[in-house]
Amino acid sequence: MTAIDTAVTAPIAPSAIRARPAGLLHDISSIAGRALRAVPRDVESVIPPIFIALFFFVVNVGTLSDLTETNIPGFDFTAFQMPTAILLGVTGVSRAYALVLDVQDGYFDRLLLTPIRRLAILLGHLCADVSVACALTVPILIMGFILGVRFESGPLGVVAFIVLAGLWSLAFAGFGYAIALKTGNPAAVSSSFLLFFPFLFLTSSYVPREELSGWLDTVASINPVTYLLEGLRSLVIEGWQWADLGQALVAVAAVGSISMWLCFAALRGRIKRG
Amino acid sequence: MRTTISTEKLVREFDSLRAVDEVDLEIEQGEIYGFLGPNGAGKSTTVRVLCTLLAPTAGRAVVAGHDVATDPGKVRLSIGVALQEAALDPKQTGAELLRLQGRLYGLSKAEVEQRLADLSQLVDIGDALGRPISTYSGGMKRRLDLAAALVHNPQVLFLDEPTTGLDPMSRARVWEEVRRLNQDLDMTIFLTTQYLEEADELANRVGIINDGKLVAEGTPFELKHRIGNDVIFARLDGDAAGACPMVEAVAGVAGVEARGNEMVITAAEGTAVIGPVAVALNNCGIPVRDLTLRTPTLDDVFLELTGTHIQTSDEAIEAELTEMTESDSTEVKS
Repeated sequence: MTAIDTAVTAPIAPSAIRARPAGLLHDISSIAGRALRAVPRDVESVIPPIFIALFFFVVNVGTLSDLTETNIPGFDFTAFQMPTAILLGVTGVSRAYALVLDVQDGYFDRLLLTPIRRLAILLGHLCADVSVACALTVPILIMGFILGVRFESGPLGVVAFIVLAGLWSLAFAGFGYAIALKTGNPAAVSSSFLLFFPFLFLTSSYVPREELSGWLDTVASINPVTYLLEGLRSLVIEGWQWADLGQALVAVAAVGSISMWLCFAALRGRIKRG
Repeated sequence: MRTTISTEKLVREFDSLRAVDEVDLEIEQGEIYGFLGPNGAGKSTTVRVLCTLLAPTAGRAVVAGHDVATDPGKVRLSIGVALQEAALDPKQTGAELLRLQGRLYGLSKAEVEQRLADLSQLVDIGDALGRPISTYSGGMKRRLDLAAALVHNPQVLFLDEPTTGLDPMSRARVWEEVRRLNQDLDMTIFLTTQYLEEADELANRVGIINDGKLVAEGTPFELKHRIGNDVIFARLDGDAAGACPMVEAVAGVAGVEARGNEMVITAAEGTAVIGPVAVALNNCGIPVRDLTLRTPTLDDVFLELTGTHIQTSDEAIEAELTEMTESDSTEVKS
């Protein structure tokens, strides 16, 4: 009899170990831990955004800084561009695509079969996303420092800058999860990047708000990213401008409340459909 | 004996389709209950309701003493489930998947490691646990899925078509594991299957479901003998229905079912009847290709209850392929 045969035919010893509810925070950390462990195995989800952000940061600074700084006295285009680069890097960073694959592979059902709080499935993923987004800001910040950017708000301002960018990433990620859970379709999740364009380009991404005119100025005035960029830029260029930071937080909260409402509604719908 | 799973007029509808239609079940602690039916009969939907993945449209279901609709959290703590498709994350390793599963069931680190050691032996997957699941074979995935369902020592185990798509050796291995779990741990096992021999081999009792309705229930022995002690199977060179009246008239014949060129004759004493049946068929003028005497199978029971054979998904694919091949060759000829 081989070792395998012995193992297979040996009687199973009864075990006293029994399941019990783990608690919401424990559930969230378990899901977040899994999502974070998956990131190094799934580098294709984080390399392109960071590459795009760094690429456009360097190219824009290289091509537009002389032009803008000549036309606007005292203007530091590199400092102005860094928040745009950060938003390019962190907007749309989420595990929504992985979640839709979980739905397709049936792993989402396996999670639902456990006593996990349903909210924790989304909250765990969102916590992981914020961590990844904050980590992605670091290489862009380093590039900014190399290019001569200095924070008027000091080291604490850098932390506030990262937190604000992370919160924005979280707010935007909600749309991806909403699409993932509503459709269960990876292609639909991939196409959610289309939302990225109006948010990030119909605003003061490349020139100050005062330089915008006509319809673009009107659209920028209702685009929450305009206020987010102004808040982030204030930390870099002006120091602690509480009014700008407050407006940035309100803008992120407005987008976040819509996206979170959508993604939690999609989660409820997905659970109901079974 | 304590009832572990019970349903009362359980209904589940999807829009206008009634997938589960007033199903009543009573399953005792420590029983292996086989839920048998063809594809689309309502087996998996019933399991998904009992496992709290779907809410019942009407009726009531109680699992391990808790109502699936009003107390789903407590049901989840008591059950383990291996769904039809192995529900695994291919990017995790087997050990990571089991550890996460243990954490979600509230087990401590030490308990998780203890269960990992137990389960790696139980489902014979030990060395592979450190590898990504994407590298596993179909049989290994099934075994890991089973281990994930067992990580918290459930009181009730649901296995939804656990051997569909497995080779005969892997299938036999799963059967052995199911038996051991039931015998050694007194675990109640609710097993859906489209394989007659699986229900016959494993289940203490079998429920047959067709079009969402529970059409029969009993031990495999009871079910098979409700149609008679013996079955005579005839394959003819012509329409079997035409020969039915002559065969029905043979003394000792309990029932006759015809389908295409096949005829199933049930009798209490098959050996005494097979000769007169052969004569009757000969007198009908339809040539007989095969005439076989055997004991009844669950397929015979299914045929009597529903008028059709159970077609497994494997057979359905095979039939579809044959049809495609035939239509291709017809096209080539024309």
